Amino acid sequence: MAWLIAQWERVPPELQALIVVALQIVGVLLAVVIAVAFLTLGERKVIGYMQLRYGPNRVTFFGLRLFRGIAQPFADVVKLLLKEIIIPGAASPFLFLLAPLIVMLPALAAWVVIPFAPEFVLADIDAGLLFLLALTSMGVYGIILGGWASNSKYAFLGSMRSAAQMVAYEIAMGFALVGVLMAAGSLNLGAIVRAQEGGLLSWNWFWLFPLFVVYFISALAETNRAPFDVAEGESEIVAGFHVEYSGATFATLFALPEYANMILVSTLCAVLFFGGWLSPVQGYLPDGNWLTVSGFHWLFLKTGVFLFLFLWVRATVPRYRYDQIMRLGWKVLIPVTLVWIAVEAVLAWLRVGPWAA
Amino acid sequence: MLITILFWVYAAVLVGAATGVILARNPVHAVLLLVLCFVTAAALWLLLEAEFLAVVLVLVYVGAVMVLFLFVVMMLDVNVEELRRGFVRNAPLAALVAVIVALELGYALWVRRLGVELPGTKAPLPAGHSNTAEIGTVLYTDYVWPFQLAAVVLLIAIVAAIALTLRHRPGVRQQDVGRQVAVRPAARVRLVRMRSEHEP
Repeated sequence: MAWLIAQWERVPPELQALIVVALQIVGVLLAVVIAVAFLTLGERKVIGYMQLRYGPNRVTFFGLRLFRGIAQPFADVVKLLLKEIIIPGAASPFLFLLAPLIVMLPALAAWVVIPFAPEFVLADIDAGLLFLLALTSMGVYGIILGGWASNSKYAFLGSMRSAAQMVAYEIAMGFALVGVLMAAGSLNLGAIVRAQEGGLLSWNWFWLFPLFVVYFISALAETNRAPFDVAEGESEIVAGFHVEYSGATFATLFALPEYANMILVSTLCAVLFFGGWLSPVQGYLPDGNWLTVSGFHWLFLKTGVFLFLFLWVRATVPRYRYDQIMRLGWKVLIPVTLVWIAVEAVLAWLRVGPWAA
Repeated sequence: MLITILFWVYAAVLVGAATGVILARNPVHAVLLLVLCFVTAAALWLLLEAEFLAVVLVLVYVGAVMVLFLFVVMMLDVNVEELRRGFVRNAPLAALVAVIVALELGYALWVRRLGVELPGTKAPLPAGHSNTAEIGTVLYTDYVWPFQLAAVVLLIAIVAAIALTLRHRPGVRQQDVGRQVAVRPAARVRLVRMRSEHEP
C-alpha cells in the first residue's frame, strides 16, 4: 500500500488529475448502466404487480432462492448481445449503424453536469442547464435517422412522430426550466440546488408547481414513454422507429438510452424542483440530526420516487392519440408555462417567497 | 499547442463538412453534414472561451432548427433532378455572392494584420470567469432596447407566419376538445330499463 502511494506521488500532477477524472467518469457510467439494468427489471416487476402478475421470477444468481428474477437483466443483456444484427437490404448501412450511437451518446454524456452530492460533480460548468438541454435535444437525431435509414414505412412513420413530438415538448420543457432559472438566478445545477436550501417548502416545486407538472409531462414525452409512446406505437406501426433493429443495435438504440434518459430526467426533476441532495427536514429538525444531513442518499431516494412515477404512469394511463399529443404540447403546456413565468416575475417583483431576500 | 492542434482539426472538419453540404447528392446527407458544421463551429467557439454561445448554437440550431429541417427534407419528396436544373442559370449570381463573401473574409484577415484586437487574440480569461453572466449583464443593461426590439421583430414574424398559413376551410370535420371533455353520459347513452323475457 505504501509502495502504491509512493508510486502515485511520482505521477505528475496533471496526469494525476486526468486519471482521477477518468476513474470518476468510469464510475458514474458504470453506476448508470447498472441502474439501467435494474430499472428494466424494476419496470417489469412494478408493472407486473400492478397488473396482478409476478413479472420475471426465474433467473437468479448461482441458483440462490433469494430475490427470484434478480438476474433477469443480465440474462437479457447476454441474449441481446448474442443475437444476430440484421441490416435490411434497402437500408443505408452507415447511418443505420450510426443512429444507435447518436442516441446513446447524449444519454450518457449528460451525466457530467449532474451534481450528485455537495462536493461531487464531474464538470461544474457555468451553463450546465443549457448544456443539458442542448445534449438531450441531440438524441432525437438518432431516432429520426434510425427510422429513415431503415428504409421502412413503419420505422419512418415512428421517427416522424417522434420528431414532431420532441420539437413540441422541448419548448414547454425549456419554458419550465426558465422558471427554475428565475428562481435560482443561475444556470449552474449545483447553484440551483444550493438556492433551494432550507427544507421541503423552500424547494422549487412549492412556488413553481405548475412548471413542475409541465416539466414532468414533457419529460415523459421527451423520453418517448407511455402515454406518449406513439413513436413506438406497437398497435399501429409495429414498433415504430426501431422495427428493423435487432440484437446489440436494438439494445443501444432503444433499451439503454430510453432507460438512461428516464433516470436522467428523474434526477433532473429531483435536482431542479425537489432540492437535489438536500434533506427534506432541513430546518424543521434540530441540526446535527442524521435526517437533516444532505447527501447523495436523498438524491437517490428522490430519483427513485420519480422513476416509480414513470412506471406507475405507464401501467395506468392509456396512450394518447397523436393529435391530442400535439394539442396538449402546444395549446395547454406552453400557455401554462408562459402564464406561470409571468406570475413568477410578479412574485419576484413583489419579493415574495424565495425572492424575499 | 494543444489548442492550435484542436483548432486545425475542427477547422478542417468544418470546411470538409461545409463542402459536403453542397456536394452531397442526397438532401438528407446534406442536412446531416450541416449539423456536423454547426457542432464543429460550436467547438471552435468553445476554443474561443465563448461557451455560452457555443451551447446556444448547439441548442438552437442543432437541437431545434435542424430537426425541423431534417423533418421537412424527409417529409417532402425532394426531386433532386429538378433542383439541379437551374444550376447554369443561377451559377453567375452564386459566383458573385461567393466572391463577395471571400472578399469580406479577406478584408477581416487584413484588418487583423493591422493590429486591431479581434476575439481570440486576447489573453485567456481567468478561471472563475462566467461567460453566461457576462452576456446576461450586457444584454439586459446596455443593449436592453435592441434586444427587446429583436424579440418583438421575431414575435411579429411568428405571428405573420402563422397568419399567412392559417386557412379556415369550410366543411372540415374537426374535434372540439372542450366539448368532448364537457360531454356527460346522459347526453350520449340512454339507459333503457327492460324486463327480462324469461323469468329465471
